[in-house]
Amino acid sequence: MKEMNELKRKVLELLKEDARSSTALMATLLGAEEENVKTVIAQMEQDHVIVKYATVVNWDKVDDERVTALIEVQITPERGRGFEGIAERIYLYPQVKSVYLMSGAYDLLVEVEGRNLREVANFVSEKLSPIDAVLSTKTNFTLKKYKQDGIIFEEHEEDNRLMISP
Amino acid sequence: MITKSMNSYLAPLVQQIQPSGIRKFFDLAAGSKDIISLGVGEPDFKTPWHVREACVYSLERGFTGYTSNAGMPELREGIAEYLQTRFAVEYNPANQIIATVGGSEAIDLALRALISPGDEILIPEPCYISYSPITAIGGGIPVGIETFGENNFKLTASDLEAKITPRSKILILCYPSNPTGAIMSREDWEPIAKVVEKHDLIVISDEIYAELTYGSNHVSFASLPGMLDRTILVSGFSKAFAMTGWRMGYACGHPDLISAMLKIHQYTVMCAPSMGQVAALEALTNGMEEKDRMADSYNQRRRLIVKGLRDAGLDCHEPQGAFYAFPSIQRTGLTSDQFAQRLLLEYKVAAVPGSVFGLGGEGYLRCSYATSVSQLNEAVERIGAFVSQLARERTE
Repeated sequence: MKEMNELKRKVLELLKEDARSSTALMATLLGAEEENVKTVIAQMEQDHVIVKYATVVNWDKVDDERVTALIEVQITPERGRGFEGIAERIYLYPQVKSVYLMSGAYDLLVEVEGRNLREVANFVSEKLSPIDAVLSTKTNFTLKKYKQDGIIFEEHEEDNRLMISP
Repeated sequence: MITKSMNSYLAPLVQQIQPSGIRKFFDLAAGSKDIISLGVGEPDFKTPWHVREACVYSLERGFTGYTSNAGMPELREGIAEYLQTRFAVEYNPANQIIATVGGSEAIDLALRALISPGDEILIPEPCYISYSPITAIGGGIPVGIETFGENNFKLTASDLEAKITPRSKILILCYPSNPTGAIMSREDWEPIAKVVEKHDLIVISDEIYAELTYGSNHVSFASLPGMLDRTILVSGFSKAFAMTGWRMGYACGHPDLISAMLKIHQYTVMCAPSMGQVAALEALTNGMEEKDRMADSYNQRRRLIVKGLRDAGLDCHEPQGAFYAFPSIQRTGLTSDQFAQRLLLEYKVAAVPGSVFGLGGEGYLRCSYATSVSQLNEAVERIGAFVSQLARERTE
């Protein structure tokens, strides 16, 4: 069991590094049987440990205008359901990319993506703010993404080691 | 005006030294593009950011002066604690440790402090390319002891004893080994220690790769019964903490030996660079997690390259330490020099011929796996194609 958990952890690390890694390559790197790697991946997919295989995109490099905002939202929790119902009402909008319940000066941190400032502003004023439980919103537009999910976007550290060395 | 050849001024000892065999391959590879290099003897990681940051911060605060000759007391204390915790060897930081300019300086200091002209220095080979030349420059006579692939390149007591003469004085050890990746267990060491004691040898133990072992922990030669006082333990930060360019190493040993080495050190380099010492202390204090992460990554790539080389049709023993695979190319019928040269020119993969590492290296190739998984995959594919081509050439 402990070995299986260790294998799961290591497979997850490799998949976080490169979701396209083949099970054969992962088995070689980890010194494990390929069948075991396949089994733990299947298990983790079934258990929703692995939720989805996604691509991290640097949209700044794509000729496609996008604006992202991080919106701090203060809300009144609902009797019996706390923040869950409100959070759901918010995260079901397709333009909402992420929602986190936070400790501190506000309750929810909502990441919203739109094609331009107006689109995001409209979402906030027409969809988010009118929700009865929402007390206040504070919209922060992102100007540039340097790092996301542990991945540095502008990383261009070249291998400048000598070709041959002792 | 000088009328004689400039070479005639050079010290005969230096004139006798041959340029490193690696040099030729360095020149061949330089300037070529699209080469995958398995020839690099250093980590492909950058020095962890917290180490770099600690150094930058110390510079901002103006920490730019000399330190004491032996190195900052805090650093020596850190090294002492580290060696005690990791390898169960105890040194007094006050008089048994010197911070040096890389492990290379530490080895040079040890040899210069010990060698009298004509002393024989025993060196298990294949080994790091510098031991023989710096022995010779120091006036000693390097005596190679061949180690063998079928024995996983471990040194044996009988091979060692066979090379001992009344002039034998020092044994230089380097395990985990560059270039073979061999390591020595406690059981492997014990008979060696008996021979060392019997023949009253001093040991210089280069343990620069001690943190990079896979499957079993490194056993420091100094930790064997009776060996602490006759061993100079040399190590450094280059390999474990990805700090090659910082040139930070250290030597530990009997106070009399360290005191003699300190004399040479203080008259030649004064002290190791202060900024390097700050970085080294930070690495020791807060760098173990990053070190483990890097070692884990080498281990994964080790499995990949060994499998890849075997799939390519080469015999490859399983390296247990450092970050080199050392496959045999004997079945191809080429010398290691020919193999490496053609591999570089025709298939754009740079590796180092085993012959440059001394006795027992001919017939092998040093392949560093301190490079990315994708590069390693591509490299072993190219090696496989080259080996197949050689097989076709032999049958034509």
